[in-house]
Amino acid sequence: MRIDDTDRRLLAAIEDGLPLAPRPYAAVAQRLGLGEADVLTRLRRLRADGIVSRFGVIVRHHELGYRANAMAVWDLPDGQVDDVGRRLAGHDFVTLCYRRPRRLPLWPYNLFCMVHGRDRDTVREQIARLNAEHGLDTHPHDVLFSRRRFKQRGARYSMRGAA
Amino acid sequence: MDAKDRQIINALQGGFPVSETPFAEAAARLHMTEDDLIARLRRLCDEGHLSRFGPMYNAERLGGAVTLAALAVPDERIEAVAAQVNAHPEIAHNYARAHDFSMWFVVAAEQPEQIPAVLADIAAETGLPVYDMPKLEEYYVGLRFEL
Repeated sequence: MRIDDTDRRLLAAIEDGLPLAPRPYAAVAQRLGLGEADVLTRLRRLRADGIVSRFGVIVRHHELGYRANAMAVWDLPDGQVDDVGRRLAGHDFVTLCYRRPRRLPLWPYNLFCMVHGRDRDTVREQIARLNAEHGLDTHPHDVLFSRRRFKQRGARYSMRGAA
Repeated sequence: MDAKDRQIINALQGGFPVSETPFAEAAARLHMTEDDLIARLRRLCDEGHLSRFGPMYNAERLGGAVTLAALAVPDERIEAVAAQVNAHPEIAHNYARAHDFSMWFVVAAEQPEQIPAVLADIAAETGLPVYDMPKLEEYYVGLRFEL
């Protein structure tokens, strides 16, 4: 997939949000000196290519009442981590799920899940459910609750996306 | 927030139409009027329930790079180190977590080679080893944040 300068201008123009108006793409097109049809074609392609990964409401978890979040981590044998990761990702309270490298000796964990919940007890119960349902209790694991949010910004358009 | 607001948030976390009159289409599916949907989205943004209404981009597919990194920061230095880390514009978010690895931050850069440079700068500025943990595999989670 290739993106050109016009695509980049378009992505930059809508990164802070789409105009909340009946014909939002026409408004964006006018601002950029493009035709509405051109903008629609480009956005459909950017979405099909996965450059636009989601399109809709971008929620603030904390403001919506999901006040607790934890990073739950496990050390799983390399041959099992993909299977377990796919299964954990199927739970609706798991909002991100990644395999990452261990950093031995201090950091032995290779599977990372973000779990959001209304409070810490809920998050603890949810993680206990993951361990019980997927037989993970025997593997080394840890839970890192967030204590403070030092920074959360909307990055520039080309930098946005989950880690 | 009322039941209709929650319905909007649950239904529109992905898949917003790319068409000439997308709000009218989305409103029809939600059994409300276009005007009502637009007014509610505006209010949900103004009141801070939504950070925005629009696209989310995939940094890697745009040619950029992202990583997650951790620092083991002594408690008494956490404020000062947070300031040092956050001074870099490439830091997308930064959380203190209850663990010896007490600071976790996401670095996002337009050019992949910027990532090791930023991490090296942070190591030099803080005098702390930086543990780089880029994703090796992503397991797909659904789009939904059910209210």
